[in-house]
Amino acid sequence: MIEHLIPVLAGTLAAATPLIFAGLGELVAERTGVINLGVEGMMLIGAVAGFAAAAHSDGGALAGLPAGAVAGMLAALIFAILSLSMAANQAACGLALTIFGIGLSAFIGQHYVSYSLPGLPPLDIPGLSEIPVIGRILFHQDAVTYLGLVTFVGVWWVLKKTRLGLVLKAVGEAPDAAHAIGYPVIAIRYGATLFGGAMAGIAGAYLSTVYTPLWVQNMVAGRGWIAIALVVFAAWNPTRLLLGAWLFGGVTILQFHAQGLGIALPVQFLAALPYLATVVVLVLISRDKRLLQLNLPASLGKPWMP
Amino acid sequence: MSTPSPPFSGPPEGTPRLELAGITKRYPSVVANDGVHLKVGPGEIHAVLGENGAGKSTLMKIIYGAVQADAGQIQWNGREVVIANPSEARRLGIGMVFQHFSLFETLTVVENIALALDEPFDLKGLAARVKEVSTRYGLPLDPDRLVYSLSVGERQRVEIVRCLLQEPQLLILDEPTSVLTPQAVQKLFETLRRLASEGVSILYISHKLHEIQSLCHSATVMRGGKVTGTATPSRETPASLARMMIGRELPVCEVPAFTGEATPVLSVRGLSHTPDDPFGTALKDIALEVRRGEILGIAGISGNGQAELLAALSGETTGPADTVVLAGTPVGHLDAGRRRKRGLTFVPEERLGRGAVPPMSLADNATLSAHGHGLVKKGFLRPKAAWEFAKACIERFDVRCGGPGAAARSLSGGNLQKFIVGREIMQQPIAMVVAQPTWGVDVGAAAFLRQTLIDLSRSGVAILVISEELEELFEICDRIAVLAEGRLSEAVPKQQTNAEKIGMQMSGLFSAADTREPAHAAA
Repeated sequence: MIEHLIPVLAGTLAAATPLIFAGLGELVAERTGVINLGVEGMMLIGAVAGFAAAAHSDGGALAGLPAGAVAGMLAALIFAILSLSMAANQAACGLALTIFGIGLSAFIGQHYVSYSLPGLPPLDIPGLSEIPVIGRILFHQDAVTYLGLVTFVGVWWVLKKTRLGLVLKAVGEAPDAAHAIGYPVIAIRYGATLFGGAMAGIAGAYLSTVYTPLWVQNMVAGRGWIAIALVVFAAWNPTRLLLGAWLFGGVTILQFHAQGLGIALPVQFLAALPYLATVVVLVLISRDKRLLQLNLPASLGKPWMP
Repeated sequence: MSTPSPPFSGPPEGTPRLELAGITKRYPSVVANDGVHLKVGPGEIHAVLGENGAGKSTLMKIIYGAVQADAGQIQWNGREVVIANPSEARRLGIGMVFQHFSLFETLTVVENIALALDEPFDLKGLAARVKEVSTRYGLPLDPDRLVYSLSVGERQRVEIVRCLLQEPQLLILDEPTSVLTPQAVQKLFETLRRLASEGVSILYISHKLHEIQSLCHSATVMRGGKVTGTATPSRETPASLARMMIGRELPVCEVPAFTGEATPVLSVRGLSHTPDDPFGTALKDIALEVRRGEILGIAGISGNGQAELLAALSGETTGPADTVVLAGTPVGHLDAGRRRKRGLTFVPEERLGRGAVPPMSLADNATLSAHGHGLVKKGFLRPKAAWEFAKACIERFDVRCGGPGAAARSLSGGNLQKFIVGREIMQQPIAMVVAQPTWGVDVGAAAFLRQTLIDLSRSGVAILVISEELEELFEICDRIAVLAEGRLSEAVPKQQTNAEKIGMQMSGLFSAADTREPAHAAA
């Protein structure tokens, strides 16, 4: 039994990685009151930029991730200029960014269709990966999955323990008050939005250069939307977000195994299962209105000008 | 009100702490400050007195660096300075307590304070200092509480303590008492006097004359963006200060007696309601009765259930039928439109957004609530009738505007309020609920509105007024009740109570207030 579980759990961590990156980025942006619905688009742009960088250099995935981060950040910059500097509607700008990302990635990616990359081998943590069962689940992963967990700890620590985290929350809670006591609200929102773009870009590049190192059009497949949903249902709490991402990853891997075992359900239904399960479970655990209201950044989605 | 501040001997031969010269600030439609001069010495409590729109707040924002002046100099301790932003002001030693608090609801007290301090981030150490400073100045605070759970008075303490921790040399307070009970005002004054005696200069912005007289050493009076005079408040009378402030005598309302039969028109029994909003206040077993020909006042600090009670009375939230009874008919289950049809009209607190739709014309705004009065026929609008209705309202209630076609948001607060009140009166209600009738309204319009309400009640309408302004309630109401923490006290004829008793009840101490003997008259 345990022999069957090990690959499932190990796969879960990797499948959750893009959601952890994209979700944390969006979480930080939303904490400051910016809701960027362009995550899917930024992930696609990051994915194609990462793929191109990996394909045209010797660096492979290691070149792909920084390229994805930069590309995602540039995509977020477009959004930021429109919605923060020009106070355009955030929802409309985000949707436009997603549509733009789908088109741009398909356009650039047409040269790479069916082209495959070497990917990234698992990195064994010396000593720890020898531990029976746990070692093979936790410490036999690719480097980016570790990086995702390190990023989670970093974001958690900054939000919880530092002045920067408090300032981010304050800006999202009451931009007028933050401005009144002298914080540069627009600059802080720019920073958070660009961080969100970079994280989404890394998530996309991870998908295209490590997770399935093969270019397929529209390969992000709605994970950007799941990341946005995770942030809301996690009540802007990084730990809940991590659990949600793992849940999604777990069901993704399970349904692959179910397909392999020939369970008599349509493949399309099984493929939809991770999305369905994640949304249902998150809705259930976020029924607590009070919790949402207390954590909801009060200025979320509202344009602000000094 | 109480012991006046010790006499102030004027700034010692040294330099003034702050001196403004020729400060001018223009906005596209208005000159907010026009060549303003102001001088404050160390340890001086200096009042800036003026009506809404006189330019006081703009001037304070310029001193605090939140707004830049177009012209003029600022001298700080004898040195000319440019205050580019609030952190620059804080570095100089200027602290400000805002009228609309600049606090973050979902953060704790100590987190809120940490955000405003330019020092290493250490919440534990800071919490200890917050405790220490708040005890020293008689402003008790629990550093770990979330701000949204604090009362308005406690929030103000957070702001003051936040300023004090920066060891300011000048403290600016913008209308600090508008949200305080009379007792809390006295405590605040003690703190301010103590600070002044330690050498802190205080700029105190207010339009309340008696407060300025009891607290301030000197005063600068503003009107229409200009300084109209300086005064030593203790040597002036409220009337002379008012003349400087509004340029004429303070208008007084006439309150005739009601001669008809005072039968109950609007009554509420056993009204309890818990709002969905976690920041809201639950109403607990509210009972009240408004009679023909009287004005019943509900005093209390906002956030004690005012919004919830208004929603329950107007019909925005509905409940069991018999909790609200209008002229003998249970209406608790009816929505706002159906209650309106039965003769209950309503003037909400938010003029723009709830009382009127900002971009729509006055005629269209008239249709929204008075559609039952011939402005709609068989489901079709009658624009001409709406135009006539709005025009009649404008004429009868002296609304200064560009006519029935003017957008609601183009009117000043006082004129829009006159229009909204007029629109509701022209629907010939049997009962009317009015929230904060003169909030943000200039003295002239406020007096007109108060007189209008008094006259309406004497014509046989039952009126319920919810207001934070105690003086206003004592001026126009026949009976006064207090709403505190979602509970409503028994209404008492105003002759049998006073500001101090009402203030005790506002703090939620119903029984304690009763044991007090009536001391000073209404403030």
